[in-house]
Amino acid sequence: MQNILLELLYVMCGIVSFIAAYYAFTGKEQECRIGTSLFWTILGIIFTIGKYIPKNVVGAMILIMAILAAFKQVRIGKFYTSSPEFREKKAAEIGDKLFVPALAIAVAAFGIAQFTKLGGLVGLGIGALVALLLSFATTGARINEATRESARLLHQVGPASILPQLLAALGALFNTAGVGEVISRGIGAILPADNITLGVIAYCVGMALFTVIMGNAFAAFAVITAGVGVPFVLNQGADPAVAAALAMTAGYCGTLMTPMAANFNIVSASILELKDKYMIIKKQIPVGIVLLIVHIILMLVLAF
Amino acid sequence: MLKLIGIIIIIVGFALKLDTIAVVVIAGLATGFAAGLSFNQILTTLGDAFITNRYMTVFFVTLPAIGILECYGLRERAAYLIGKMRSVTPGRLFALYTTLRTLAAALSLRLGGHVQFIRPLILPMAEGAAKTNFGELDEKDLEELKGLAGATENYGNFYGQNVFVASGGVLLIVGVLKELGFNVGALAVAKASIPIAIIAVIVSAVQFLYFDRKLARKKSGA
Repeated sequence: MQNILLELLYVMCGIVSFIAAYYAFTGKEQECRIGTSLFWTILGIIFTIGKYIPKNVVGAMILIMAILAAFKQVRIGKFYTSSPEFREKKAAEIGDKLFVPALAIAVAAFGIAQFTKLGGLVGLGIGALVALLLSFATTGARINEATRESARLLHQVGPASILPQLLAALGALFNTAGVGEVISRGIGAILPADNITLGVIAYCVGMALFTVIMGNAFAAFAVITAGVGVPFVLNQGADPAVAAALAMTAGYCGTLMTPMAANFNIVSASILELKDKYMIIKKQIPVGIVLLIVHIILMLVLAF
Repeated sequence: MLKLIGIIIIIVGFALKLDTIAVVVIAGLATGFAAGLSFNQILTTLGDAFITNRYMTVFFVTLPAIGILECYGLRERAAYLIGKMRSVTPGRLFALYTTLRTLAAALSLRLGGHVQFIRPLILPMAEGAAKTNFGELDEKDLEELKGLAGATENYGNFYGQNVFVASGGVLLIVGVLKELGFNVGALAVAKASIPIAIIAVIVSAVQFLYFDRKLARKKSGA
């Protein structure tokens, strides 16, 4: 049941992508019409029926999308949208009821994740549908306004929207190739075995650095804990629960500082319409560094 | 050592601000070839991971509803409401959001998200609060405000989640340690995650309130 609903959710994502392709193909002032509509069509296909396509074919489709993006063939279309005056007027007319659909996404997603076995993703999908119906009801918008606005928002995020999945795929390739082992062997080779302070620093900084490279602290955790954490911290008498818990969040400090964690740092920058796509990371770097130092101190104090 | 070529390509590519997607794909191909995989094996690994990780991109489904609401003045309304409250500043709003987001994550409440919360609600509220307290922001300050709005979600999301006993991070820690021969309980790991969750809220609040002060000084100086 959950798997069927999950696939339905991906079909819905695919439809949103097809809509973006349609607007790119028919838009009067669309630049790079073919490339842009091809990109969103391929993504739509991967979402809707990707599970049933041979994986190497999906890989080839990803290559095509990457080539289109690399040669700047995926462009933002020009969309008609409501004027600031219209929005001010409607905001005053409709009032606080405008918040109901927006909150419905969060409430439905939370409720379903919390009280059913369907999971947070299915919850988000159902929440989005409920919110869509509620927003038609509160605003009196027409269906073509919904399709146009979703295409406009997706064009705004652009090819960056596939980055998180692409980086996860890169992580899978790194794993298959055994990149992690090479790194932890390198750190292990230069570290004296019995210096607890250096060991703790290497464990925390290693987690952060490897997370910066992989974009994912979970991927870093197994590798760095086996290569650095066990010999230089846990075998030196540290409380394993405390040291490992702090190592994981030390990895999150790396997540704050890397464009590889694209869904947190880069895609969200496009969602917030930042001109500088690295601005979120720039703001997070000082906090990430301070927190990493705090992690080293906490591990030395609390784990020993 | 040759296997690390992918990392070098990533670092150089990002530093030179080349197209991100192209850099990532080339790094993947290079790493695969360096490890002795065939072109077909690389494509299969890429495709397989891309399909498995479709969940990362499900924000697509929220776009139609959010688009309509924005088209009909959602952000204007949020800015108007906060604009009426003089005591709300962008920094205080962000600090409050990070605190609530951390608490929610610690209770495993999935309240939050850049698409669900920050863009439609928190960012326009922060813009409204900034306008009320400090006047119109210039381009540079507005970019910084947006950057902090993006960061507030990440701070709260990251450091609160492991306080929940059954969170993915805690379960992964317990599983990996077990494989390495250390038996620890999920509760002990969750408890050990509490201090840093509190400290993260405090450190980020310092950053947010400092931003308020910067805007205030700029206004009084001008």
